[in-house]
Amino acid sequence: MKIREIASLLGADVLCGEQMLDDEVQSACGSDMMSDVLAFVKDQGVLVTGLVNPQVIRTAMMMDMRCVVFVRSKRPTPEMVDLAQEHNIAVLASTSRMYEACGKLYAGGLGNGVCR
Amino acid sequence: MAETLKFHYDVDGDNFTSAGAASVEVKRKLRQLGLDAETIRRVSIAMYEGEINMVVHARGGSADVYVDKDGITIILADRGPGIPDIDLAMQEGYSTAPDNIRALGFGAGMGLPNMKRYTDEMKIDTVLGQGTTVTMKVFIHPANV
Ligand SMILES: Nc1ncnc2c1ncn2[C@@H]1O[C@H](COP(=O)(O)OP(=O)(O)O)[C@@H](O)[C@H]1O
Ligand SMILES: [Mg+2]
Repeated sequence: MKIREIASLLGADVLCGEQMLDDEVQSACGSDMMSDVLAFVKDQGVLVTGLVNPQVIRTAMMMDMRCVVFVRSKRPTPEMVDLAQEHNIAVLASTSRMYEACGKLYAGGLGNGVCR
Repeated sequence: MAETLKFHYDVDGDNFTSAGAASVEVKRKLRQLGLDAETIRRVSIAMYEGEINMVVHARGGSADVYVDKDGITIILADRGPGIPDIDLAMQEGYSTAPDNIRALGFGAGMGLPNMKRYTDEMKIDTVLGQGTTVTMKVFIHPANV
């Protein structure tokens, strides 16, 4: 799935990474616990989360993720968006709740990928 | 790499917002060196977990990273409270992190086991009341070079 399609499925605003919208991602994971993302994620390119702090972006960086989707109308700070931009991570913000956002992406064909 | 490259970072223990900044820097450096993505990822995750631990559990510390042709050595040293029972601390899910840390997305008790899993060697030296030093090594797999 292209990052562009994720944005459109979720009616999400693109906060940074416009140049990546046509990049393909294969799978996603949804979590508010960065500890779990670091422990269980294998090659998911997209992180869906309701947690807002710079560690979310750093976690995505460490896991080589391409895109972070903030749900529940959470808005990252400009510093977080800058950090993501600098490291080539697209940031989307959606009003959907976590369950709904993950459900829409899964139904749209974005799978679990390989977990640990 | 003929000689050993050395990187040193001070990890601020008063500032959760900046926790992980050293790991980000190391990741950038390893990419510049042209190491393979999987090795970089293992180093990054292990160091990031260790850096977060120093901030959350030990009021900060220092990080030293050495890179030579065989691999990457990460030494995380703090002057925190020490770890009373290493076997217990190594168990998945064991955590003494306070609720405010959990609200920030950490404190699932997966850090130390994760660090062990992503590295080839890991050693914990700890003295109660004096501090903890975690030494981790990731070998560069010949097939990945
Ligand atoms: N540098 C450290 N100094 C003191 N205690 C530590 C340190 N690192 C880890 N610990 C102890 O080991 C426990 C387990 O660590 P970890 O597996 O990373 O889980 P978490 O950080 O989520 O609590 C921590 O809750 C803490 O009690
Ligand atoms: Mg930890």
